Amino acid sequence: MEKILQVENLHVTFSTYGGTVKAVRGVDFHLNEGETLAIVGESGCGKSVTSNAIMRLIPNPPGKITNGSILFKGQDLAKFSEKKMRSIRGVDISMIFQDPMTALNPTLTIGTQLMEGLREHQNVSGDRAKEKAIEMMDLVGISNPPERLKQYPHQFSGGMRQRIVIAIALICEPDLLIADEPTTALDVTIQAQILELFEKIQVKTGISIILITHDLGVVAKIADRIAVMYAGKIIETGTKREIFYKPQHPYTKGLLNSVPRLDLKEARLTPIDGTPPDLFSPPKGCPFTARCPFAMEVCDKVYPENTELTGSHQVNCWLQDERAKQLIKVT
Amino acid sequence: MLKYIFKRFGIMLVTLWIIITLTFILMINVPGSPFNSDQSSNETIQANLEAHYNLDEPYHIQYLLYLKSIVTFDFGPSIKQPNQSVNDLLGRGFPISFELGMMTIIVAVISGIILGIIASLKHNGFIDYLAMGLAVLGISIPNFILATLLIQQIAVNLEILPTATWSSPAHMILPVTALATGPMAIIARLTRSTMLEVLTQDYIKMAKAKGLSPWKIVFKHALRNALMPVVTIMGTLLAGILTGTFVIEQIFAIPGMGKYFVESINQRDYPVIMGTTVFYSAFLILMLFLVDIAYGILDPRIKFHKKGGE
Amino acid sequence: MKPTNVVKTTHSPSQIPDDWFNKLEKDGQEAEAVARPSLSYWQDAWRRLVKNKMAMLGLVFLVLLAIMAIFGPIFSPYQVNMQNLPNQYQPPSAKHWFGTDNAGRDVFTRTWYGARISLFVGVMAALIDVTIGIIWGGISGYKGGRTDNIMMRIIEILYGLPYLLVVILLLVVLGPSLSTIIIALTVTGWVGMARIVRGQVLQIKNYEFVLASKSFGTKSSRIIRKNLLPNSMGPIIVQMTLTVPTAIFAEAFLSFIGLGIQSPFASWGVMANDSLGAILSGNWWTLFFPAFFISFTMFAFNVLGDGLQDALDPKLRK
Repeated sequence: MEKILQVENLHVTFSTYGGTVKAVRGVDFHLNEGETLAIVGESGCGKSVTSNAIMRLIPNPPGKITNGSILFKGQDLAKFSEKKMRSIRGVDISMIFQDPMTALNPTLTIGTQLMEGLREHQNVSGDRAKEKAIEMMDLVGISNPPERLKQYPHQFSGGMRQRIVIAIALICEPDLLIADEPTTALDVTIQAQILELFEKIQVKTGISIILITHDLGVVAKIADRIAVMYAGKIIETGTKREIFYKPQHPYTKGLLNSVPRLDLKEARLTPIDGTPPDLFSPPKGCPFTARCPFAMEVCDKVYPENTELTGSHQVNCWLQDERAKQLIKVT
Repeated sequence: MLKYIFKRFGIMLVTLWIIITLTFILMINVPGSPFNSDQSSNETIQANLEAHYNLDEPYHIQYLLYLKSIVTFDFGPSIKQPNQSVNDLLGRGFPISFELGMMTIIVAVISGIILGIIASLKHNGFIDYLAMGLAVLGISIPNFILATLLIQQIAVNLEILPTATWSSPAHMILPVTALATGPMAIIARLTRSTMLEVLTQDYIKMAKAKGLSPWKIVFKHALRNALMPVVTIMGTLLAGILTGTFVIEQIFAIPGMGKYFVESINQRDYPVIMGTTVFYSAFLILMLFLVDIAYGILDPRIKFHKKGGE
Repeated sequence: MKPTNVVKTTHSPSQIPDDWFNKLEKDGQEAEAVARPSLSYWQDAWRRLVKNKMAMLGLVFLVLLAIMAIFGPIFSPYQVNMQNLPNQYQPPSAKHWFGTDNAGRDVFTRTWYGARISLFVGVMAALIDVTIGIIWGGISGYKGGRTDNIMMRIIEILYGLPYLLVVILLLVVLGPSLSTIIIALTVTGWVGMARIVRGQVLQIKNYEFVLASKSFGTKSSRIIRKNLLPNSMGPIIVQMTLTVPTAIFAEAFLSFIGLGIQSPFASWGVMANDSLGAILSGNWWTLFFPAFFISFTMFAFNVLGDGLQDALDPKLRK
């Protein structure tokens, strides 16, 4: 399988009034063609910043990509000029935002917003653009497109708006779609519809998807692989099966334990105590140390190396070290 | 949309009625007003007054006839200048004041919006600080002080532009500058702050994610939304400019309505004060109404409010 | 910024001593520790305000002005309205720091008397506006429904009245004096404040902590006093700060069209109006001092208001 995207050692910082926030601190991951990668984690862990960094949409100032590379089809987006980046956005990589209520401009018609990406990048006639727009509205399941194109965002419900946002993202037929919490702001029933739409689109177009979410239910439904992020670092990656059935990092286990399950008899929710560390001055060791039930001295002092368990399953945790396994047995 | 216009129109009528009634109530209570028959040596004036205000009728009839005269655009006679009616003064003075006001508003809106956009795009940069520093000065220096400063420095000391009157385009530069600076500063500050807010909205991020050029993002997506609040303060700004013409016309000796109005205040020429107040209030309230309609047209959320959709 | 992979190279796993693989003793509190000291909303706002140089400049100027308005005339050997015609139009000197005017009155003394009037008018107008505005806007926003509808309709109508025209009309009838000017300025001036208070109350009354308070059966008056008002103080203070320069401007403007405060008071507007002709003959100081103080006072209130807005706006808090 071809790797469509390879992110290496990505660092993003924000200088704010209170100091410098190290929001993303050396993230590595890749995305294969046609697959869906979910990046999961608590709010503030840097997952949205990572996705914005790929699109180069980090507002600068205060944000800045300080290190690392973002290889998209072999080209490093981190080194692209703003102008060159514009020809990538919407054409090769598209993005969907969390809240469909605010993602559409209230003063422009749906048609205008749908077609403008197309007209910006591809030299198409007005009629052709309209045809394409109607086609996209059909694809995302909005009835009576010719009429609806003339309407304004406030005349659509939340779920409908998110469908329109998806249509806007797909109109130039991009190869990569980044969806930043695409279902968080929606009702549960609508969420399922939108997720089904993603699956349908992927089957139809073969598009690769990065899904940013904190909702493990969403992940279970449509992700192929999962990357778990904590305090600006990816601490575990694996296929959906590996993460759900053989989680290795105590944080991943904690995340899974804090989701209600009906299939287990003695279902008990175990919350993770404490809060994530302050990213103004992140700890030099493993950032989860303070909340980890298995924390060792070494965790506090040194960040753990990446351990490859299988070809697809990797984890950064000192518990993988032979010497730690002794300790676990003892206690 | 129609319902919205209708509602606005209703409010406009009530406001107008209040101001007309207010003038009437105040005038029958004020000492030395035409409604107290104890003054005025000039017989022509007295006769004019009695004819116009029906002073021999009881108050409620006077009031109704007063309402009628205003609805028919007859503002009555002056009590200080015989054979002059308020309509004569308005006919002579208002076109000039209107010209001054319109030029001011055009200058203020265009320069204010441009300044605001530039400042917002260079947020926290040198140009931003400079523009906003000037804007704070602009709203802090009263127009009459700015006017005297301009006369002293540019007209008297440097002798670049004429000091007074309203006879050529060169004569217009100083008064328009003095009057437009304040509104311009207000518009610039408001445009900047709403632009900054709009630029952080998701739909701007979305437009960026579409790969649109910065030019398109600013002018197609941001500016229209950022200008909505500017439209809403236009009514207040117009009122400020209109009252500003009173002092500016006085200082620059421009023979507009404002100058007559200030003279009438100093001479306690009550019918002129009343007539001008009612006329100007009606004018402003009408402008406010038009601004509201413009807002309804600009913002599709209002237009379709009662027309279905979801 | 040092990249974190430096750590990796200095500690390859084999170099790490075995005894580091012991259970880490935690004191239990650590996980819940808050990294930065917590400041109350007002402390935090004050800290931000102090950092704003322009706002501080405005504040310092206003404090000095207030001190001079109270004590300034005491330092001066001249009476505010003491005329001395042979002594007219003296330029600033050791004897008359700000010079003398057309009647030979000491401009320095008159300036501080003017400060008293202008500050008094501005502050009183703001206080009256805020009192009416809080009551009207608070009731309107809190009650909602029909009450709100009627009260808002009244506001909409009053808002349509041209502010200065109404003020002029009232003063023509009432006759200009200190109290009538303040009354005229506040008759329609409170409308803006009421709108802001209502907006705030509408927003805050739906917050969970207010609903929680209601669900305990707390009395309305107590909810308004304890929950709604403290939380809407920010915008109210900002609006007050910006009302003062509007009132000061209005007072000066009224003096200019002949409806100013009458003698024996000397307001800045009256002083500026009296000296309009004088600057053409070169006696610039008679206009300069009142004009400078009107402008700079308005400037000080405006930058202070801007600073307060930035400091009190929780949206921008990081």
